[in-house]
This record gives sequence, structure tokens and C-alpha cells, in this order.
Amino acid sequence: MTSPKDKPVCFQDVILRLQSYWAAQGCAVLQPYDMEVGAGTFHPATTLRSLGQKPWAAAYVQPSRRPTDGRYGENPNRLQHYYQYQVIIKPSPPEMQELYLGSLRAIGLDPLIHDVRFVEDDWESPTLGAWGLGWEVWCDGMEVSQFTYFQQVGGHDCRPVSGELTYGLERLAMYVLGVEHVMDMPFNHPDSPIPLTYGDIFNQTEREYSRWNFDIADTDMLLQHFKDAEAECDRILSAADTDAAGRAIPMAHPAYDQAIKASHLFNLLDARGVISVTERQAYIGRVRALAKRCADLFATTPAATGEPLPDFPAGA
Amino acid sequence: MPDLLIELFSEEIPARMQARAREDLKKLVTDGLVGAGLTYASAGAFSTPRRLVLTVEGLSANSPTTREERKGPRTDAPDAALEGFLRSTGLTRDQLEARDDKKGQVWFATLTKPGRPASDIVAEVLTATIRDFPWPKSMRWGAGSLRWVRPLHGVICILTDEAGASVVPMEIEGIVSGNTTRGHRFMAPDAFTVSSFDDYAAKLRRAKVMLDSAEREAAIRQEAANLAFARGWEIMPDDGLMTEVAGLVEWPVPLMGAIEERFLSLPPEVLQTSMREHQKFFSARNPKTGRIEGFVTVANIETPDNGETILKGNQRVLAARLSDAAFFWDNDLREARSGMTDWAEGLRSVTFQSKLGSQADRIERIAALAREIAPLVGADPEQAAEAAKIAKLDLRSAMVGEFPELQGTMGRYYALEAGKDAAIADAARDHYSPLGPSDAVPSAPVSVAVALADKLDTLTGFWAIDEKPTGSKDPFALRRAALGVIRLVLGNGVRAPFVQLADQGVVGHGISRDDSDNDDFSGIAEVSDLLTFFHDRLKVFLKDQGIRHDIIDAAIAMPGNDDLVLLVNRATALNDTLKTQDGANLLQGLKRAGNILAQAEEKDGVEYSFGADPKFAETDEERALFAALDRAEPAIREAVRNEDFQAATQGIATLRAPIDAFFEAVQINTDNQITRRNRLNLLSRIRETGRLIADFGRIEG
Repeated sequence: MTSPKDKPVCFQDVILRLQSYWAAQGCAVLQPYDMEVGAGTFHPATTLRSLGQKPWAAAYVQPSRRPTDGRYGENPNRLQHYYQYQVIIKPSPPEMQELYLGSLRAIGLDPLIHDVRFVEDDWESPTLGAWGLGWEVWCDGMEVSQFTYFQQVGGHDCRPVSGELTYGLERLAMYVLGVEHVMDMPFNHPDSPIPLTYGDIFNQTEREYSRWNFDIADTDMLLQHFKDAEAECDRILSAADTDAAGRAIPMAHPAYDQAIKASHLFNLLDARGVISVTERQAYIGRVRALAKRCADLFATTPAATGEPLPDFPAGA
Repeated sequence: MPDLLIELFSEEIPARMQARAREDLKKLVTDGLVGAGLTYASAGAFSTPRRLVLTVEGLSANSPTTREERKGPRTDAPDAALEGFLRSTGLTRDQLEARDDKKGQVWFATLTKPGRPASDIVAEVLTATIRDFPWPKSMRWGAGSLRWVRPLHGVICILTDEAGASVVPMEIEGIVSGNTTRGHRFMAPDAFTVSSFDDYAAKLRRAKVMLDSAEREAAIRQEAANLAFARGWEIMPDDGLMTEVAGLVEWPVPLMGAIEERFLSLPPEVLQTSMREHQKFFSARNPKTGRIEGFVTVANIETPDNGETILKGNQRVLAARLSDAAFFWDNDLREARSGMTDWAEGLRSVTFQSKLGSQADRIERIAALAREIAPLVGADPEQAAEAAKIAKLDLRSAMVGEFPELQGTMGRYYALEAGKDAAIADAARDHYSPLGPSDAVPSAPVSVAVALADKLDTLTGFWAIDEKPTGSKDPFALRRAALGVIRLVLGNGVRAPFVQLADQGVVGHGISRDDSDNDDFSGIAEVSDLLTFFHDRLKVFLKDQGIRHDIIDAAIAMPGNDDLVLLVNRATALNDTLKTQDGANLLQGLKRAGNILAQAEEKDGVEYSFGADPKFAETDEERALFAALDRAEPAIREAVRNEDFQAATQGIATLRAPIDAFFEAVQINTDNQITRRNRLNLLSRIRETGRLIADFGRIEG
């Protein structure tokens, strides 16, 4: 390779550099959440952990699915399945911007040669009942990250405030690597015994999922699943705090999983084109209602308050 | 006299908020200083993406000492009263002075408030300003509770006089005031200290920050023009974009590039909109070809490769964006050539408003209304209806889906591509107009018919479902729609009773003109309420043209007030007349006649309206007034019939001298009842003559 040493050479190199950089800044490097989500924000490590007093610092890759963005692998930078890199630090440190710029240097974007700018972009997630203020970060006119100071999540004021960074990994890596079409991007090192491109790994799956998302997915079943997830979420949240053995175990996370499910099912239904403009708002409102109740419950638990997890009562 | 320098250093402030923030900072701080008794010579506010700055020159060093005298209880009052007085003034008995008052001896206290040093006042005022700053949106960060537009990192607050600079000590949520700042985020990130505003501005410039947004704008304008000139291009002016871009950079570095050949066939509006909205690029036009062929992007940094990497990156993003646009354009053209039937069909499933049906329903109504309006504006009814049917089809196009602001513009291209007449295609583009007060009013008959139909359908529809604007809330922009109708009608001299137009609209919404079964929902009530709304908008519109609301009221009180052209002609003529000295005097005469008459009618319980006879006239002035009325009345009647209100008001102005002379010489209320009645009836003739033109009683003054 003729590429200078400080430049990544492939997609996973970009990811690995971000992982080591944020690990070096003291973040817990988590693994992706094992559910279908539309963005890294849905990972409970962000949504739920941004609530309450307890300090928190995490970084992770999150595979994300946006069924309506499927283009059968043919669009140079649009995918129905892609990766986000997510960093969340609570409370947001005063040098959050500097930390972020350090991560750009780590992946070979030198702000003395590039034009890095913070352009107003307020973030809002109607499904999560969340909003924050911040910017989209531009590098040479391209949006490379979203930078947000969370103000509210699940209808709760964030105190303290979390700083959140989201990198669109494919787009960022394509820019760093100088690749024009996502499917041409080297995934592992091009000099590897078995070099693999992004297309080797995802071109076929993009086609398959595009077809399923747009044409095949059973909308009646999806609708039923949506209702099931909604009902189960409600059932979990309505359950008594203590189990049969008298142990107090509120179940914020299992309930939140159902909210995530409902949200993804809504996205699938949307891609199938069966949700009208007026219904859209109603569905979003239903998911938000679930997310809010999960947040309400989580905010009372030790993971939010920072209190120790209580011991079970003797004999239970 | 010290000078004050304040810098509030933060993370990037949204560009659109900076101008207002500069004004707010200046006003809040200077108002606070003045309120605390300080004076100053001048003040100036500046902003960059990372700082808000205020300089105040010639500030007084101290607020003045004030003395206030307070009267206390009588010297022989009970002790409790005196003690209360001492407590409230904070003085002791020997500091009081006993003085003789009307009711005896009274204690007086003199309270002296010593002046305070400017630095104390500045610290207080700035702290309050930061805490209460009216950002349109503000936020908290970290573990703190302070709110600012984005995290606030530093405060410079120094007072500088001949002796040098001193920091005004203050602290807000752990941020301590000082005299240091930083330069450009990347080119000069190190901290430096400053001693005055001049020193600050000079050091910032060395640290690659242009403090003044006007200077940044000028620098961008000039460099962009130079770059364009070198290629034989010209920059398309865009003030809104200029303000925004100047608010995104501390050190503007314009860079120019060419648009790839394969994108040059896109409509110029598409190129310009895509580049402006997505990239914040200025468009560069080649005057030889008339096409947009290049762009200017404004970077925030000077680089060793003179911006080559930055320009390459921007080119790349632009190519991706324009590929999308070209894809939309090609697909849309295919649909346009096949007659746009899919789009028409698609609009059936798009809700306009839940109670007002789909976009397709709406288009049907507008087409029917356009057909009715066409003859009134000189358009062919069939053509108007056809234009209305295609005017909104572009809402389904991919291009308008991506760039909603191109609605209409794309409609015209697609209509032409579909083989429609130019007049129909133009109506697709122009029927949304006029959008704002500065937007041009369409004049082509088909465009006017569709534009009126569109707005009237919206207005009558939202009236019918009782979604009227209230206070500052006007989510459906109905005021703008009404103003659009007013400008279309006046600008094109459309002579049609508004009630007739509105009726058609109401009928289109399936409401009968007078539905006696439904009291809240009769067409008549809705239309008359809507007419009042129009009159209110008209008052706002005419006020901007210098016509007072009471003059408009005087015209509205006349019959035919739903013919807006007639109404405005009347009001304009009145306004012109009343502006003259003669007109003002005439108004006094008319009002005086009206008042005397009203009093007499009230007292006598009769209406004096008939039978004034010159033979009972006793004075020359009376006879002269009879003669003048005999001359003026038929002339005014004729002028009003011809809607020549200028002539009508000139006619009534001839009555000024006779009326004045009459009031000068004649006593109305004489003992002779015959003479009195005759004179009152003569006044009634004056009133009636006035009423041919307007209800003068409503005019103030």
C-alpha cells in the first residue's frame, strides 16, 4: 500500500480507529444492541442511559435499518442496512467538541487541510419523545456526523445533559478512503489474502431486503406484530413491581425492547406503503407513548439514579 | 470615561440567530447600564460563529449620587410612628430634621444614595443579560443549569481608561470573567489577552478572525466576484444565503468550481436550489450561455494546498446531490410526457386537510371556481379550468418532493413537456403568487383566474370548517391568502362583487348558501364573516400605502363594499382630498353639520331630512349654500355613478367655502321655528350630499 501511515485503508480500519480512540478517551466500548433499530440512538445505552443522574460514557457500532432507504444496492450511498458509530457521554464534558475533532484526526481527517464546520441542526426523535440542540458537522461540504446535546428523552428533562455523537460510518469511510460507490469500498485490508469489499458482503443482502421490504413483507402480520409488541410492552409495564417471591424487579429494559420492536415494525409498514399520511402521526404517537412509559420507569431504577442495586429481601 | 468590552465566547451559534443576538446584547446591556444611572457615548455589537461581542465607548466611571427627601410623622406623633419611620429609612433620630409643615412640626429624612462604580453595575447588568438572554432556542449542557444557545465557555469583560485595562470581576456558573480569548478554531487556537476593543479586533484579525459580519460579507462578495470574473461568469445575488454564510465562518475563503457538463441540462432553478439548500453554494452564471455553470463555496480556513482538497470534497458532494436531482428530473419528464395521469391519481391519496378532502378534491373545486372566475378576468373558462387541473400536479413529482420550494416552477416545466399551452404552463408556475408583500402579482388572465380560485377555495374552506386565524396563530397562512386575493383583484382591476366569488367557493365546499337547518353554518354567515376578514386585511394593506384606517372605515360603510376595486378607489380619493387644507376644513364643516343635526334630532325626536326651501332663507350665506348644493349635488351624483371618486370629492370640496361662511354667519337654533327647521333641513342636505361619497362621521379629526 502506498497510502500514508496515518490514513485508514479500509472500512473496518475506520471502525477500529474510532473504537481505539474512544476507548482511549475512557468510553466503555459496547457491542451493538441485538435488535433491529433505525439508528444508534435506540440502543438502550443511549436512550435509557441518558436519563437520570448516573454518569455514563459509552461508544459502539450499531447496525441500523431503514427499510424505505433500500435501493437494491444500486445507489452509491443509500442503504437499507448500514452502520452508525455512536458515542454518548453524560454529563457532556466541556471539551466535547475537541474530543470529537480528535476522532476525525484519528481517522485521517486533518482539520488543517479540510474545512470542518459546525452547522446548526437541531435533533428531534418524535418516536422517542426526545430532542436536543447541536449541529451537523460538515467536512468539505459533506455531513459527517451529528452532534447533539440531549435536552429531553422520553419526555424527561436530561439532568445532567448527555453529549451524543453519531457518525454515518459508510459515508464517512467512503470519503476518507476516496471511494465513489459504497459497494466498491474495501471492507478488510485490500492486501489481505482474501480481500473483501463492502459489496462482497452486502450487495446481495441489499437486493434481498429491498425486495422483501418493498414487495413481500406480510403487512397483516406486521400489523399484528405491532399490536402484539404494543400489548406486551403495556403488560410488562403494568406488571407488579415485585415478583411472586417478593423481589422488587421493575422491568424497564424488557419493556423498552418491545417499544423498539414496535418502532421497527412501523418502519417496515411504512416501507410497504400501507400507512397514510394521517395514520403516520398516530403510529408515531403510539410508539412515543411506549417509549415515554419505559423512560418513566427506567428513571426510577438504580441504573438511572446511581443508587446501588438493592439486595433481595432475605429468604426471597 | 472608560470603554467597555464584552465577549461571550461559545460553541457555534446558529447563523440565523446572530443578527438578532447582536441587537439583543446591545439593547439589554446598554438599557441596563442607563437604567442604573450610567451614560455612554456609543455602542456597537458584533458576532462570529463563536462569539458575541459588545463595545461601549465613553461610559461614565460612576453612577451619580442621588438625594431623596422623605416626609415622616409629626414630631408629636407617638414613638411607634417615629420608630417605624426610622426603620424604613435606616436612619437614626439625630439624622432627621424637624421642619414646620401646614399641620405642625414634621420629621424629614434626607436619604443619600452614593454613586456606584461602573464595574459593579456592568457585572450586575451582564450577569442578568446572560441569564435572561432571549435566544429563540436555548439549551443546558454538562451538569449545569445555565442556558445559552450552545455551551458558553468564556466571558471577556474589561473596562479600559487612560490608566489601562481592568477586568470587571464576575462569575456565572463557574465561568469567570477575564481578558483572554482564542482565535480561529484551527488556524490560531491559542489563548491571548486583550486590553481594549481596538486591541481585541486587531489581535483577532492576526488570529484569523474577522469580527464584523459586514466585513466578512464584503470580503466574500468581492472575492467571489473576482473568481467569477476570471472565468467570465457572474455570481447570482442571494442576500439570505450571504447572511447565513457570513455567520458560518470566522475567516471566509471563497473557492470556485465548475458544475460537471452532464448536469448543465438541469433547469437553472434546480441547480440553484440544490446548491443553495444542500451545500450553501452561490450559483455562478455564464452570461454568454445564460446557464448556471459554476458555484462558489465559502470555506472557513486557509490551507497549505490553497483549498484544493476542500474544493474536491465539495465537488464530490455536489455531484452526488446533482445525480439525485438528474434522476428525479429524468423520471419526472417521463411522467410529464405521458400526461401526468399517475400524478393526478396519486393526489387522490394525499390529504389536503382532513375535513377538506384530498388534494384531488381540492383541485376539482379550484377548477370549477377558476371556470367561474375566468370571464371576470378576461380568461377563457375552459383554459382556466384546465390550468387549475394541472397546476398542482407537480406536488407528486420527485423533484418537488425533494425541493418543496420548487413547486410551481417545476409545474411549468412539466406542463410544457406535457404539451400544454404556454398560458397554462405559466399558470402552474404563477398561481401561488403573490406569496409575500414583495412578490409580483400575476397579470396573465389564466394565471389570475387560477391564482384567485386557489386562494378563495382555501379561504372559504377553512372558514367553512371554522379554522380561522386567531391572534398570532395562522397555521394555514390565511391572512397571506387574503392579501393575495386583494393584490390580485386590485392589481388587475378585477371588478366582481366579492360575495359572488366567495359564494362560489362556499358552494364548492358543499355548503348551501342559506342552510336554514344549521344556524352556525350558513353560507351567508360565513361569507359575511369572511368579508369582514378581507376588510381587516385591506386596512392593513392600505395602511402601508398611507391610508388611515378610519378613512377606509368611512368607505367600507358605503354600499358596494365587497367590490374591492370600488372600495379602494373611494378610499384613495377620500384620502387625497382630506390631505389638503380645503379637505380638512370641509371635513370639519361636514362633521359640524352632522353633529348639530344629530343633537337637534335627538332633542326634537324627529328626523330632519326633507323640505329645505330657499324661500325661507334669511341671509345671503344661506342662499349661497342653497345655490352651491344645487350645483354640487347633481355633479357628485353623476361622478359617483361613473365611479369617478376624484371628481366626486372635488365636487364636495366646492362646498367648503359656502359651508364655512354659513356657519360663520348663521345661528341655526333661532326662536323662529320655521327658520330653524329650514336650517336643520339644509344641514340635512349637506349630510346627504356627503353620504353620496362616504360616511364622513367615521373619520377622525
